[in-house]
Amino acid sequence: MDIDLITNILYAMVRTGTPLLIVALGELICEKSGVLNLGQEGMMLMGAVVGFIVTLSTGSLTLGFLAAILAGILMSLIFGVITMELSANQVATGLALTIFGTGLSAFIGTNYVGKPITGLEPIDIPVLTDLPIIGRMLFGQDLLVYLSLALFGGVYWFINHSRPGLILKAVGENPHSANAIGLPVFKVRYLAILFGGAMAGLAGSYLSLAYTPLWMENMSAGRGWIALALVVFASWKAERVLLGAWLFGLASILHLVFQGMGFSVSPNLLATLPYLATIAVLVILSSNQNSRLVAPISLGKPFYAKT
Amino acid sequence: MPQHPIPPRLTLRGITKQYPGCLANDDIHLNIAAAEIHALLGENGAGKSTLMKVIYGLVKPDRGEILWDGLPLDVKDPAHARKLGIGMVFQHFSLFDTLTVTENIALALGDDAGDIPALASRIRSVSEKYGMAINPDRQVHTLSVGERQRVEIVRCLVQDIKLLILDEPTSVLTPQEVDTLFVTLRQLASEGCSILFISHKLNEVKALCHRATVLRGGRVSGACIPAEEDTLSMARLMVGENTPVSTTYPKVLGTTPTLTVSNLNLHSHDAFGVHLKQLNLQVNAGEIVGIAGVAGNGQEELLAALSGETRASAGHIQFADTDIGPLTPDRRRALGLAFVPEERLGRGAVPEMSLTENALLTGFLTGLVKRGMVAWKKTEAFADQIIADYKVKTAGRHAQADSLSGGNLQKFIIGREIMQKPRLLIAAHPTWGVDIGAATAIHKALIELRDQGAAILVVSEDIDELFLISDRIGAICDGRLSPLKPTPESSIAELGRQMAGDFSDAATISPRPTTSRAGSLH
Repeated sequence: MDIDLITNILYAMVRTGTPLLIVALGELICEKSGVLNLGQEGMMLMGAVVGFIVTLSTGSLTLGFLAAILAGILMSLIFGVITMELSANQVATGLALTIFGTGLSAFIGTNYVGKPITGLEPIDIPVLTDLPIIGRMLFGQDLLVYLSLALFGGVYWFINHSRPGLILKAVGENPHSANAIGLPVFKVRYLAILFGGAMAGLAGSYLSLAYTPLWMENMSAGRGWIALALVVFASWKAERVLLGAWLFGLASILHLVFQGMGFSVSPNLLATLPYLATIAVLVILSSNQNSRLVAPISLGKPFYAKT
Repeated sequence: MPQHPIPPRLTLRGITKQYPGCLANDDIHLNIAAAEIHALLGENGAGKSTLMKVIYGLVKPDRGEILWDGLPLDVKDPAHARKLGIGMVFQHFSLFDTLTVTENIALALGDDAGDIPALASRIRSVSEKYGMAINPDRQVHTLSVGERQRVEIVRCLVQDIKLLILDEPTSVLTPQEVDTLFVTLRQLASEGCSILFISHKLNEVKALCHRATVLRGGRVSGACIPAEEDTLSMARLMVGENTPVSTTYPKVLGTTPTLTVSNLNLHSHDAFGVHLKQLNLQVNAGEIVGIAGVAGNGQEELLAALSGETRASAGHIQFADTDIGPLTPDRRRALGLAFVPEERLGRGAVPEMSLTENALLTGFLTGLVKRGMVAWKKTEAFADQIIADYKVKTAGRHAQADSLSGGNLQKFIIGREIMQKPRLLIAAHPTWGVDIGAATAIHKALIELRDQGAAILVVSEDIDELFLISDRIGAICDGRLSPLKPTPESSIAELGRQMAGDFSDAATISPRPTTSRAGSLH
């Protein structure tokens, strides 16, 4: 392999892993509060289509991203009201949200399929970007990649070092105890759900405005589901979520590289590689752990305050 | 100038709280002075829990008034209560297992917590001052039950505390740990802190508390100075005049071995489980063997191995002449073994099934099922007979199991097992959360079964109960069982040491007579 190929693989690895990283960080926060939202895929698609339509009609990428975040928040608000106010089953509600989001995004995006926009461009820093191997990976990405890294740092610090993060973990572990010592369980869970929605919306719009600047039905292609698995196999640790997201990116690129090199394996089979590789690595990492100490203990269980 | 009397620290006036179908608190009046240790006595369902939740801001009363240092007060929520200096130690701990001691305490302190290292050193100094050694950096799931309680207490003490509420704090402690706790509480009171001590253990209230208020059926049924009362008169205030509360039972010697456990080693697959180590145990026909122990020391694992929920390899568990180690629970039941599990709802009975159906669940071996068909008439008669013989208060055999109170459901379950005339009955915590009247009825039923020649094994955390009904007694600690002794030869102190894992035969210490305790309430 020549240097250029390696440079490009590393660049594309980070780029491909970015939407996954963003949506998984949102889901991580959500699950830390004890809420399991399976609606990631639907929220991502809504973010993707809304972001695309807004950018196409206003010409502003910024507005597109903001609109996508808003769309994700609104979708998660539906989830929040149904699971928190009506105490509905989180799994069923999340599944319904994904089906709803998939259908609705296809419906409102019908007239936008195949329309071209100018997507978010990578930055170019003279000299640094042209460095061999790491130049494009570190200094030639688009702004959202750097934002995703900032988000990772923020989430990592929040969970491990901040007081609100401690409250978040406490609520996810034992909402009844949290309520008994006076922590606002409902508020914490709502905020976590909305953050998860915002991140899913942003991740969706990264697909339609930066990664492949166009709108296509079902364009998230299961990334929402992979993000859910990622959080579990990352043992609810932010640093492992980052690792898993980039692994997924690397495997996605490698399967294209292998095809390009003319491997005589069915391309469909090769396309499963990123999913298999990511899960395999994380399963190995998370084996031999005491699962009762890793998962938020109240995950998926509704909380009823007794008065 | 006229001198104003100092108002009590806390005054409750006419507190009333109505739940659907239940008046939990009815016009309750209570005064607690500074530096006073005040007992709140009452049976399950007397309204103790509701009342303390009102004080702590978890429950809003429908009527009534709370005065704090003489001024009216509306406790908005637990955070507000803590700001006022009201701390609470819950019966079921409100700790977070995966967080450290310091993180747990930081959560409760709100914005006053400060940074973690500073708080950790504050925790260290407070815990040393009050004789409750605790390592702030440990994760809570690694702590014993007694240590967890210390965390709850220290959590209250790192703040400026004026009123400490303890809900049944001794139910999870060994007798020695209880003594240590009392030393701490007395020290705290001498510094001016008021303590509200909620309990139904009269000996402890007598030993610790300055005054007592007794609740019954949601109302104040009396107030007294515990030191001037005997336990019987306080018990009367708790249960009323018509319930028998005081009995002693003659101790007997068993005859032939019915259950023999020899060198049982069992590896627990639960991450928080306890491994059974070299366990030896013999229960004879016609005797009751009692096993004490702090929760989580292998009781669950032992009970599961005996009932058949987990199976042991051959050669370790013998029932009469049969090696039952590898047998499933139904095969063991067919041999004459009966089992009363700790959890009434979920294992002892199916909550949403009727009493008739629940009677069938373990009674099916006694002719209630013929050729695969349920004989409903017979089953209904069986359920009716349990309800009548064991005075189960219920709307009838069609009532759902979860509609019964804990005590009544327990009477039903015990009755169901005893009516099948078992040769061996294993009962886990038979009177846990049961009021005194029902507990007495359950004890009588067990003694009667014993006198008919059955072997009975009782595992309980209630030491008074074990001394009352057991003929031989011992304790389990960390998966090991102490040698069993005839009850009259043991003592509270010795059993306490065994519960803490010290199985040495302390012959040098003369055993305290247990008859006076047996004459008391439990």
